[in-house]
Amino acid sequence: MKLPKELVISRISDEVAHGSRVLDLGCGDGTLLKHLKEVRNVVGYGIEIDSNAILSCIKKDINVLHWNLNDLPLDFPDHFYDTVILTHTLQQVLRPKELIDEMLRVGKEVILSFPNFGQYKLRFKLLTGGRMPSTATLPDKWYETPNIKLLTVKDFYDFCEENQIEILTHYFFRKSKFGMVPVHNFANLRADVAIFKIKRK
Amino acid sequence: MSKIIPYKNIKYYTFAENKDFCLESGEMFGPITVAYETFGTLNEDKSNAVLIFHALTGDSHVTSSYDDDDSTPGWWDSLVGRGKEVDTDKYFVICANLLGGCMGSSGPSSINSDTNKPYGSSFPFISVNDMVNVQKKLVDSLGIKQLECVIGGSLGGMATVSMMTNYPDIARSFIVIASAYKTSSQIMAFYEVGRNAILADPYYHEGNYYGKELQPERGLGIARMVAHITYLSTTGMENKFGRMIQENVINEKLAYSRFGPMFAIESYLRHQSKKFIARFDANSYLYLTKAMDMYDLTQGGKKTLASEFSNVNKKVLIISFTSDWHFTPSDSWEMAKELARQGKDVSYINIESSYGHDSFLLPNEMQERAVESFLKNVGGK
Repeated sequence: MKLPKELVISRISDEVAHGSRVLDLGCGDGTLLKHLKEVRNVVGYGIEIDSNAILSCIKKDINVLHWNLNDLPLDFPDHFYDTVILTHTLQQVLRPKELIDEMLRVGKEVILSFPNFGQYKLRFKLLTGGRMPSTATLPDKWYETPNIKLLTVKDFYDFCEENQIEILTHYFFRKSKFGMVPVHNFANLRADVAIFKIKRK
Repeated sequence: MSKIIPYKNIKYYTFAENKDFCLESGEMFGPITVAYETFGTLNEDKSNAVLIFHALTGDSHVTSSYDDDDSTPGWWDSLVGRGKEVDTDKYFVICANLLGGCMGSSGPSSINSDTNKPYGSSFPFISVNDMVNVQKKLVDSLGIKQLECVIGGSLGGMATVSMMTNYPDIARSFIVIASAYKTSSQIMAFYEVGRNAILADPYYHEGNYYGKELQPERGLGIARMVAHITYLSTTGMENKFGRMIQENVINEKLAYSRFGPMFAIESYLRHQSKKFIARFDANSYLYLTKAMDMYDLTQGGKKTLASEFSNVNKKVLIISFTSDWHFTPSDSWEMAKELARQGKDVSYINIESSYGHDSFLLPNEMQERAVESFLKNVGGK
């Protein structure tokens, strides 16, 4: 799926400390890491499974390591990274809970974003159409979507509650004709994208 | 009695005439000759040089870009040469025959100046670090302070790892392909079978077979056959040979008249072995394979990968191939992970290929693009 780039990237980089050590899981073509390197001077590594995306990272001079996020545990020591980032990939892995646990283990803090399946248009489409909804944020048919573990904002709150995870910050965005705009109320209904910064309680 | 070297532009650098080169074993040795070729032009400030290490049985002829005809293909023509990803119009590429080899550099088949006879088994035991130290001397002799990059695959990759850890500032970048920081037990086992085949050959004569009418060719040939299996993959072999029968040799002497027809894979291995015998020296094979088996950056656990990588301070690219079981992707991952753990500039890509260990020598778009993109960001400006 396509990451709604600029705003999400700038919000994430606001949350990353200057000069920190960052691991970006599912880093894609390295756009976020390149931005973080430029504006936050981070020591960053990307983890990526797609060879072409890896080549794009190498081209951008971004350190990237070929690894499948379904192969857990992550091969790094405890609290090794200041920040571990997972943008729009959580819903694509086989064992999201284990992955989040691992991220919280290798990172002091975790920033993750995901498409909110609780968004009202999706609910409405499923309710009225009776078929798996497809939207600009989640465009694929059920049989070819990489998004296999969809969740809502509320699901994520529940998950953090049940797993001793502290939510440090959150941002919600919805798509509008002016691009992505922040959502302040009724996030689970209105947000297309959620960003959370979390750490272990 | 080195093999005949068909490369016109081969050059020789000789040093340690006073036997003052200290090998890793502690033995003093000399003189040492390095046979090497260079491709492209060294720029004025000598900043565009790339050193390439060949693999176990390779030589200095990494590219045929500058040959008059196509009688001597370069072993890395797919990647190195004019207009290639390692572009000799831009870089000054140096490739030297490894110490212990038989393509011009000092090795067991070279003449010992003390006796005027080939060294044979009296050639000293050599290590990967020795091979690297020798090439460091060569780089120094060319007046090059810092290379743009050191690149190597397989044993050449081990040499690159050795270079990167022993001389971290010799280059601005390092590319380690289809390699490892030590050989697995399984692969050592295959090479041990090969060495035994040579040692058991009745014409081996304890290594002093030079000048004799009959050479330990069967042993060397079998060693090559065994090793060659480890360079392919299950899928690769199945796709290429399957259970195909080599019809054209069915009536030849070579075909197994008692055991039935010859399979394509049998014929292929025999062909590879025949080609190899013509170009390689049995003693060199023993020395080089043993050096490869002995190489272990951690010295059998006495040191850690972490401590050995702590000096690395330049950009590193590590490439492996999915079907390679000679030096596996996890061998590469171990190195990449450790470098990342130390905050070094490292990237690692595991390229999809069914050609096994041989993948790195074959045209492979992903490998070529990775090397090209990586080199572009090295910038020895």
